[in-house]
Amino acid sequence: MASTDMVRLEDLHAGRSPLSGRKHVLSILVENKPGVLARVAGLFSRRGFNIDTLAVGPTEDPEVSRITLTLDGAVHPIDQVTKQLHKLVNVLKIRDMEPEETVAREMALFKVSAAVENRAEIVQFAEIFRAKIVDVSRRALIVEVTGSHDKIEAFESMLRPHGLLEMVRTGEVALARGGD
Amino acid sequence: MRAADALFRSLEAEGVDHIFGIPGGANLPTYDALVDADLRHVQARHEQAAGHAAEGYAHASGKVGVAFGTSGPGATNLVTAIADAMMDSVPTVFITGQVRTDLIGTDGFQEADIVGITMPIVKHSLLVTEPEHIPEYIHEAFHIASTGRPGPVLVDVPQDLARAEIDYQPRTEPVELSGYKPTVEGNLKQIRLAAKAMANARRPVIYTGGGVKNANASAELRELCDSDKFPVTSTLMGLGCFPSDSEQWLGMLGMHGTRTANYAMDEADLIIAIGARFDDRITGKLSEFAPSAKFIHIDIDPAEISKNVPAHIPIVGDVKLVLPKLNREYQALQTDPSRLDGWWSRIRAWQNEYPLTYEPGTEGEIKPQLMVEMMHKVTGGDAIITSDVGQHQMWAAQYYGFNQPRKWINSGGLGTMGFGLPAAIGAKVARPDEQVVCLAGDGSLIMNVQELATAVNEEVPVKVFLMNNGFMGMVRQWQELFWSERYSGVENGPSPDWVKLAEAFGAGGLRCEDSADLEEMMIATLEHDGPALLDVRVSPRENCYPMIPAGNAARDMVG
Repeated sequence: MASTDMVRLEDLHAGRSPLSGRKHVLSILVENKPGVLARVAGLFSRRGFNIDTLAVGPTEDPEVSRITLTLDGAVHPIDQVTKQLHKLVNVLKIRDMEPEETVAREMALFKVSAAVENRAEIVQFAEIFRAKIVDVSRRALIVEVTGSHDKIEAFESMLRPHGLLEMVRTGEVALARGGD
Repeated sequence: MRAADALFRSLEAEGVDHIFGIPGGANLPTYDALVDADLRHVQARHEQAAGHAAEGYAHASGKVGVAFGTSGPGATNLVTAIADAMMDSVPTVFITGQVRTDLIGTDGFQEADIVGITMPIVKHSLLVTEPEHIPEYIHEAFHIASTGRPGPVLVDVPQDLARAEIDYQPRTEPVELSGYKPTVEGNLKQIRLAAKAMANARRPVIYTGGGVKNANASAELRELCDSDKFPVTSTLMGLGCFPSDSEQWLGMLGMHGTRTANYAMDEADLIIAIGARFDDRITGKLSEFAPSAKFIHIDIDPAEISKNVPAHIPIVGDVKLVLPKLNREYQALQTDPSRLDGWWSRIRAWQNEYPLTYEPGTEGEIKPQLMVEMMHKVTGGDAIITSDVGQHQMWAAQYYGFNQPRKWINSGGLGTMGFGLPAAIGAKVARPDEQVVCLAGDGSLIMNVQELATAVNEEVPVKVFLMNNGFMGMVRQWQELFWSERYSGVENGPSPDWVKLAEAFGAGGLRCEDSADLEEMMIATLEHDGPALLDVRVSPRENCYPMIPAGNAARDMVG
């Protein structure tokens, strides 16, 4: 008998748990063609995957767009998500961004009710968070802030008590650190 | 050249010699070009049936099946066939007419966003926006439909673009798509690991699926199975890829599979899944599926691996290329076949204790299982059998005994009633020298019975053996067993008179109500010159057993 006892069945293990338990940022390069976003979004809804944030835009190559989306790896099997995405012919490349090796940023605009007595405090928060006041009116300010998802969450929680009238967030965009 | 003419030159360049379809306003240019095309158009009577005929053609031949429909309702009628082709991985190309480009988005007459509607059920789709793209798109569509895991590709052609003049350049170069590169070879390291695991297994089972048929890997499968007397079972879609008369055959597995196959899976220590996808009809209760087994999973679609059942040894590749390598690696290990003796004696005990069997009928009664056995007898076990969906389909799978691939054509994944007759027409067009029999249910057949007109007018001599129990039999069975016999919507009643209906279409029609006449009438139906239907009145309330009630484990089979 040749080396058959090298692989005992009890030593075989299936891959790691399909649920990672953390947030994932997927950077998806797609062909810049009509309907591609619908295909990607449709795949998520059909398979019951819930997108937390979504950002779409051009890349350095005019024929290629980048879809950056975040989803919860505690709920969704990320391997299965990426494998299904790969089956779309218009999807060129998918990167499941490693948090430590990624620069991820989100932008948000907050319209805050800003009576005269509150204004100074809001401006002070904005400075601390390196946010900018981009519009001022008698009753409200619009504050622009850029940063990580957590920073924006923190800023939002600071502003909320002052009367958050409206807000808009872009969803995260991300690039891998380093030269490749 | 007119783009519509270029469309047919492109189809001819792909080797297409038959298409199935129905014309309409938006594909008038295409049908005008068809007049001069060098291929046969089979005119269906409903686009759904054209789609299923294209599927039947693909199943029987292994070539890409092609169906045409016009815009709007023509296209939406194709949707069921497209979904069916997606679920069963059938290589198909659907070419729809679309309203003129200036009308798109205006809710124009017979406008439907068929590309949008079908997005979740196609392998890929292409909306023609420039007439020059047509030859390239057709070339891509055939490449995508037929390679990797096969599936349906939709090409939507606006009416005005089909009429445009283009400079036609034949496209025959290899298709290069940066977003589509199926992995076919299989990782050799993984294959070696799999061979060693197989060599150490004491209770292995080879579990095969439709992927073996799609890969045309029946011979490769047989070689691997023969290498060490492995027990073999198959899904509904893989029947025939391994001969049912082999001593190693356990029968089909899953909900209506044999006890032997299901018990073997339940006790296996190693399951070698080949071109199969662990569908819920196979696994039953997932948490109790094959509790002692490790899994080798070979599939061309990486997304199937570990989707339902985590694989211990995943191998992504074309079964036809992977199996010979696996066989070679396995043979090199020079294993001792006697280590499987204990396993085989356990299997033989199950086979003796739980053969597929049924209560014989009373005098003259035609039991549905007997009907399938008689079909086997009169066709020599060698016909192409298509089926609809329901009890008759399961009885065919259990009792016909398929020994060759591409002889059993049915709707497995989507479970489309009304599939059988149009699929039979497609299969007969693809393989005119083969006997093609549609085993139909009375609930299913009427859903596409208009295709008898197609069979008659197009002179496609298919035979319909109608297993007529007067019920939506499988639903009735579930209501009886699991819904406290509260029967709801399952009685079909006396209409139609199937013999008169067949005759009204110009087909032969016979009725059989006595088991003593069955053989003779089946032979008469087969010998009828042209399409013919045999209305067989079977035991109305026979249930299909054995079965794993939905959501239960294999060891809890009943009946």
